[in-house]
Amino acid sequence: MSALLESLIELIRRTSAELPDDVNAALVRSLEQEKKGTIAESALKIIERNIELAKRKSQPLCQDTGSVIFYVECPLGLDQITFEETAREAVKQATKRGYLRQNSVDSVTGKNDGTNTGPGAPVVHFHQHRSAETHVRLILKGGGCENVGAQYSLPAEKLHANRDLDGCRKVILDAVLQAQGKGCGPGILGVCIGGDRATGYEFSKQQFLRKLGDRNPDATLDALEQDILKTANELGIGPMGFGGKTTLLGVKICAANRVPASFFVSVSYMCWAYRRQGLTLNSDSSIAGWLY
Amino acid sequence: MATLTTPISEATIRALKVGDEVHITGTLYTGRDAVHKYLHEGGQLPPEVKLDGGILYHCGPVMLKQDDGTWKCTAAGPTTSIREEPYQAQVIGDFGLRGVIGKGGMGEKTLAGCKEHGCVYLHAIGGAAQVLAECVTRVKGVYLLEEFGSPEAIWELEVVNFPAVVTMDSHGNSLHREVLAASQAELAKRL
Ligand code: SF4
Repeated sequence: MSALLESLIELIRRTSAELPDDVNAALVRSLEQEKKGTIAESALKIIERNIELAKRKSQPLCQDTGSVIFYVECPLGLDQITFEETAREAVKQATKRGYLRQNSVDSVTGKNDGTNTGPGAPVVHFHQHRSAETHVRLILKGGGCENVGAQYSLPAEKLHANRDLDGCRKVILDAVLQAQGKGCGPGILGVCIGGDRATGYEFSKQQFLRKLGDRNPDATLDALEQDILKTANELGIGPMGFGGKTTLLGVKICAANRVPASFFVSVSYMCWAYRRQGLTLNSDSSIAGWLY
Repeated sequence: MATLTTPISEATIRALKVGDEVHITGTLYTGRDAVHKYLHEGGQLPPEVKLDGGILYHCGPVMLKQDDGTWKCTAAGPTTSIREEPYQAQVIGDFGLRGVIGKGGMGEKTLAGCKEHGCVYLHAIGGAAQVLAECVTRVKGVYLLEEFGSPEAIWELEVVNFPAVVTMDSHGNSLHREVLAASQAELAKRL
């Protein structure tokens, strides 16, 4: 087995079975904040136990192991064709070993061939950079939370949302309200202001690569992130929508240019089972270190 | 915390109210999209499946066949319930269900069905696949496996202390409706 294949299988295993430290820490904090004796507290306690069990047994945190999305930052000259083929093989092997559920369905025939590979599965995004290092990040995006994502076109008359930052705030909070607990909250929002219909969602998902505790370098977006997080947690939706203090664990927002005629706000929702991990490869493709 | 042991009486169910945490011990039958459609269209249950006084679980478990031919449950979290909204009330009435487990809550039609027939909606913790699989002590049987495939089949699970929360009771109350209304009002103040 090639070193790259081995490294990618380990990346999938670890992503599926272990929550990254920043997410774990945020969940621990939210558990401390919930009122004792509430069902919100109980829900978070069960989530904590689940995280511990999955890690110990090296089993998927959630049975929906989601869409498999790789983000590769690579130096000039990396053979992307071989890399992508290896990534597909890694997904097949990881599925055989039970790190991933047989989770990919042919949308026309309804058949599931049990390999988790097919058109658009897995997704591999490449991005070249000038450094000699290769970073591979992976997100496993569950379906329940994907279903509560939303894309708004401003102005949104019903919500009194105009083409300005206040309008963006209104539609993002509307997405939180509509989601309630259905995306297995407490959740994390990834948002893109602008772009087109495709890039808007694309960039909103890339926000999930950021660490929960980081701050947006853009002061305006940073203020909006903090405001949405605070406001959402005052709504009382709570873990699983049971009511409570923790509705969101984080909000990450980016902006992309738009054409004058369009103004989209795209909101992706990530469940508490926020499976995101990444690694740096050595020159022989073995694992040099973990990114989260 | 109340323990519900299957089969469950109507009186036990009527005593439960929204927000109650329960532990379920006994037998659960899984059933999701294919099963609901099948029952709605008049499909017959195998005689071993005893839904009367029982609980139906919206779940597509991950099952491994052991060398001795028995099954082991390795992941058993709930799936989104609202997809069964068109069928659920009828299935509750026709088969005498006392409980439905899932996630995300259900709508007014199911709530009315719970009130009429004496049934509750039990919310399990979404994503807690490992904790919930640990509560499954034995896979007692599987039905309609050939017809529907593994995730959609009816699995008969023996469970001990399976945790859930009553979010829709048999008196017309729904936590989902309450939280939606309250959060809507809170949001309106902050826009
Ligand atoms: S939304 Fe997330 S936690 Fe919930 S079932 Fe889907 S993948 Fe699992």
